[in-house]
Amino acid sequence: MNRMLRELGLTAMIAAVVIVPMFGLHLDSENGFLEISTNWFQALTFLAAALALRATVLLSHKFPRPKIKHQAFRVFVDNPEWSVWAGRVMIVIAIALPFLPFVDRRLLDVATLILTYVAMGWGLSIMVGMVGLLDLGYAAFYAIGAYAFSLLAVDYGWSFWAALPVVIAVCCLGALIVGGPILRLRGDYFAIVTLGFAEIVRLTLINWQSLTHGPDGVTGIPRPSVFGMATFNMGEEGLPQFSDWLGIGHDPMQRLIFMYLLLLGFALLVMLLIGWLRRSTFGLAFEAIREDEIAAQAMGINRPVMKLFAYVMAAIIAGIAGAFFAARQGFVSPESFNPMESFIILSIVVLGGMGSRLGVVIAAMVLIGLPELFREFAQYRMLAFGLALVLIMIWRPQGLLAHRRPTQTLTVDKD
Amino acid sequence: MEYLLQQLINGVTLGAIYGLIALGYTMVYGVLGMINFAHGEIYMIGAFLSLMGFALLGALGLPVAVVILLVLLAAMIITGAWGWSLERLAYRPLRGSPRLVPLISAIGMSIFLQNLVQLLQGARVKTMPPMINGGVEVMQRASDGFTVTISYTQILLWVVTVVLVSIFAYLIQNTSLGRAQRAVSQDAVMAEYLGINSNRTISITFIIAAMLAAVAGCMVMLYYGVVDFYIGFLAGMKAFTAAVLGGIGSLPGALLGGLLIGLIESLWSAYFSIEYKDVVAFIVLFLVLLIKPSGFFGRPSVEKV
Repeated sequence: MNRMLRELGLTAMIAAVVIVPMFGLHLDSENGFLEISTNWFQALTFLAAALALRATVLLSHKFPRPKIKHQAFRVFVDNPEWSVWAGRVMIVIAIALPFLPFVDRRLLDVATLILTYVAMGWGLSIMVGMVGLLDLGYAAFYAIGAYAFSLLAVDYGWSFWAALPVVIAVCCLGALIVGGPILRLRGDYFAIVTLGFAEIVRLTLINWQSLTHGPDGVTGIPRPSVFGMATFNMGEEGLPQFSDWLGIGHDPMQRLIFMYLLLLGFALLVMLLIGWLRRSTFGLAFEAIREDEIAAQAMGINRPVMKLFAYVMAAIIAGIAGAFFAARQGFVSPESFNPMESFIILSIVVLGGMGSRLGVVIAAMVLIGLPELFREFAQYRMLAFGLALVLIMIWRPQGLLAHRRPTQTLTVDKD
Repeated sequence: MEYLLQQLINGVTLGAIYGLIALGYTMVYGVLGMINFAHGEIYMIGAFLSLMGFALLGALGLPVAVVILLVLLAAMIITGAWGWSLERLAYRPLRGSPRLVPLISAIGMSIFLQNLVQLLQGARVKTMPPMINGGVEVMQRASDGFTVTISYTQILLWVVTVVLVSIFAYLIQNTSLGRAQRAVSQDAVMAEYLGINSNRTISITFIIAAMLAAVAGCMVMLYYGVVDFYIGFLAGMKAFTAAVLGGIGSLPGALLGGLLIGLIESLWSAYFSIEYKDVVAFIVLFLVLLIKPSGFFGRPSVEKV
């Protein structure tokens, strides 16, 4: 008991030094004058909260918890059949979603955005989950894809479907050029360099005004046509309007539903790709590299080529997602691709369990859907993301919703 | 010639700031072998705390030297406490996990601290009027009267940097603390067997790193007088580049790397383009890691099974 009181006293002292100035004082610089105001109530609240937390932790050490916690949760997560069924149900719901009666523009729009992130999360999980390389600059290829399509469409009048192969080619080439040298780096250096690469891309987008339209971004990006057969853009030459083409009444929802289905198709393609990758020898090679690079190389896995393959694949997925994003928004600016964007996608992958397909979907719904639907949360969104990353690393580094082990393991008989 | 000299003076000043932050990266890396991604945020917090100090004490009418000394001390102590808490809460529970786990935790902490300060102090840029005016005129160009000046703030910054770095360098090289640090960095488990409290050693390292970052933050307030919640990201990346350039894990390397990054940045923005001044640091980072990942003074890392 004495020891506990001493610990608490120590915590109180340090917490007071940490919390009181930052939480109790508020700086305001109104037209050049520096003003400082106090908010002791806020400081004391947080101080009390910190102490309460510490006391709880100390008490929980004193009375060890029973071992059976999370049992039900584990059964759900670790059971492959459950997650397969959950996945199938989700796909059916996703396909039916735009035709459900209660779905309005806003919900559909958010769902489309979530699908973009689901696809990108799966793309990034090739790098982070399968190969075990932390890519902090994933938004770079998202930006490159979005800008490649936007500039081709706005400045050169290309249609979405004509530009898409170019987007893929640009991302592929970019990933080859950048990935070739940086994939040789050790894991933590690789992470920082990819972050640097994303910043270089963003700063170039801001400053290379003659090509990229500068910090104001590109506006007036056309919507994709219905595979070259009909259009949603008003006054576009050559193609019939979608509603006339089908002979149904005009409804702005049609465009949103089409966009949603396009992204759903894209996401499903990515899902199939990931599934195929995992079952193929590539997947095994990726996992081998993740578990032990040197051993993998010793087994004859061509490490640089395998890593580059994963990097290019992830880059192409991000690029296509970027093009879809630009087409959906009708507007892109460099600010859409700041480092936070990379961190958001990374949070989705980490929270979803670094390689679990179902996990990424649930994480994307929570991380993207909740703040979009409840705007009050948006302010605290990044705060919660950061905290979530730390807490997950401490409690469940495999991710909240998944429990992936290597597909193949050697078991040694101990006798 | 005169213009170049002025740029060199500015570059060295900038370099001293980067060097102070880079020391934090390199010390933590030396002991734990991890990149403390949230260190840039600790520097940002140091700058905010200094600004609060200046705002509080500036109104009392104390002599400027006393104010600066008090603010510097207070900022170092409080930021040191932040550094300690960061390690205790986000890194200590992860001891012994694979390399990427603490890195992800550090990224999470970096995002968290940035947004915490944004929520608490507002997103708007805070400015402070200069505390020390004037400077020494070194020389004057005959043709158009362009004068090369070293401002008193710059001199103060150099002096404070040199004095504090010397004190900490002495601590690390000549005391049992330094010996413990080197022992922990070589083999933390073995160090424990030999009676070294490795957790305490790591905590002290984090405190020193945070204190040096607070000095950088305080100096930046005096020198530029501008702060917002986002400054930690760029400064952190540049200081990390400096640490890598000098050879991560090496203290003189971090200072040298900081100076070089400061000089490169100020010369680049003076002679080439100011728009791409932030890109330069990232390109330097690319090149160093590709050509000589061990930097100037670092030991080359060998991949082991």
